[in-house]
Amino acid sequence: MSSSVIVNIFRFIFLLLLQVVVFSRFDLFGFLNPYPYILFILLYPVNGNKAGLLISSFLLGLTMDMFLNSGGSHAVACVTLAYLRPTFFKFSFGISYEYQTVKINDRLSPERFSFILISVVTHHFILYLLEIFRFNLILDVLIRTLLTTIFTLIICIIIIYLIKPGKQ
Amino acid sequence: MQQIFNFIFKNSILILFLLLLGISLTLTIQSHSYHRSQAVSSANAISGYVYQQINNVDEYLSLKEQNEALAGENARLKKILFNTQDTTNIPPVKLPEVMGNFAVIQSKVIKNSYGVHENYFTINSGHNQGVKPDMGVVSSLGVVGVVENTSGNYATVISILNLKFKLDAKIKKNNHFGTLTWNGKNTGFAQLIDVPRLASVQKGDTIVTGAESRIFPENIPIGTIEKVYTDKKTNYFTLEVRLFNDMTSLGHVYIIENKDRDEIIKLEEETTKPNEQ
Repeated sequence: MSSSVIVNIFRFIFLLLLQVVVFSRFDLFGFLNPYPYILFILLYPVNGNKAGLLISSFLLGLTMDMFLNSGGSHAVACVTLAYLRPTFFKFSFGISYEYQTVKINDRLSPERFSFILISVVTHHFILYLLEIFRFNLILDVLIRTLLTTIFTLIICIIIIYLIKPGKQ
Repeated sequence: MQQIFNFIFKNSILILFLLLLGISLTLTIQSHSYHRSQAVSSANAISGYVYQQINNVDEYLSLKEQNEALAGENARLKKILFNTQDTTNIPPVKLPEVMGNFAVIQSKVIKNSYGVHENYFTINSGHNQGVKPDMGVVSSLGVVGVVENTSGNYATVISILNLKFKLDAKIKKNNHFGTLTWNGKNTGFAQLIDVPRLASVQKGDTIVTGAESRIFPENIPIGTIEKVYTDKKTNYFTLEVRLFNDMTSLGHVYIIENKDRDEIIKLEEETTKPNEQ
């Protein structure tokens, strides 16, 4: 139990630093930045403390807002994703997901891919909706959501493959 | 009573979620609603320190460009200095120091942003160096923004590239006023709106800060006119302004303090108050 807490705290800090120092400075085509820091929420233990996940996601989002001057949009997106996570698990892995040992951090299967995809789309859509916050720019929200989702998805899968515990 | 406790206990996760969502939504809506309302900003010791460290590394990689920019600025200032006796040769940049009631603080951009619709950048001077909110920020080429939040050693600046940014500006040759805004589309261009139709405007004319601005001295360069068109709703001219600054690469900047600002604001408030009654 305590080792999983330490792993999660380490993951929190590591992903936050990686996001701020590397990924938020990509600015591909002038506006595209991937947000792989949400991997913290996705990789949180399936049967872990739910209140702990909500509070740590809130803090994660708030810290991102602090670094990126985005008001509170990262916090809203992270908290919503953390709350909806069990629903996405159910959708991707079936009703009895809690009894199986679901590990996101493993070989990419269609279930895992669909889970990551839904999570990233949800997070990015809420994020850009609140960051832009103007209904006449709704098309911009959709374009940014689509392009950033592709970018984040690729980076997330690469990171998962890199930190995957080696068995062979 | 027992049932209420049971209800709270059963739905504790939902209640916690709604509480956190409420807090973060309030912060978001507040930050969008009015000027200088960001509760969470990068003007603090932690993010300031991180961005300072990143910037220290970055600077090494762009030393050559920085030196060239500074040398270019020196050359332009020298040109003004050598030509001060010649009244036919009006200097392109009027120095703030000349005017007496403006103070200048030197600073550096440690975190720039230009990819979203509400861009802010962070500079490495705060209220310990005398930076206060609502001071103007210029680079060697012209206006870049206005100070928004300050902490001990850092400050966040609202960039020209922000939908919330508004600045009084004028066309240099005929003194017609307008408001400088940004439409969120291109980082190289801003828009001067509400310019009267009787103003004669031409492509290539220079746009500078107006005398109405309490933040900037008059005649600080902003950009040149790229395109002129008429706003269909208001029937005023809207001018597409090509900015002198490349907002995607900012280095050294200068913060301008208008020492008379408080006095002007106080005087204007006293003047308008009786009229409203």
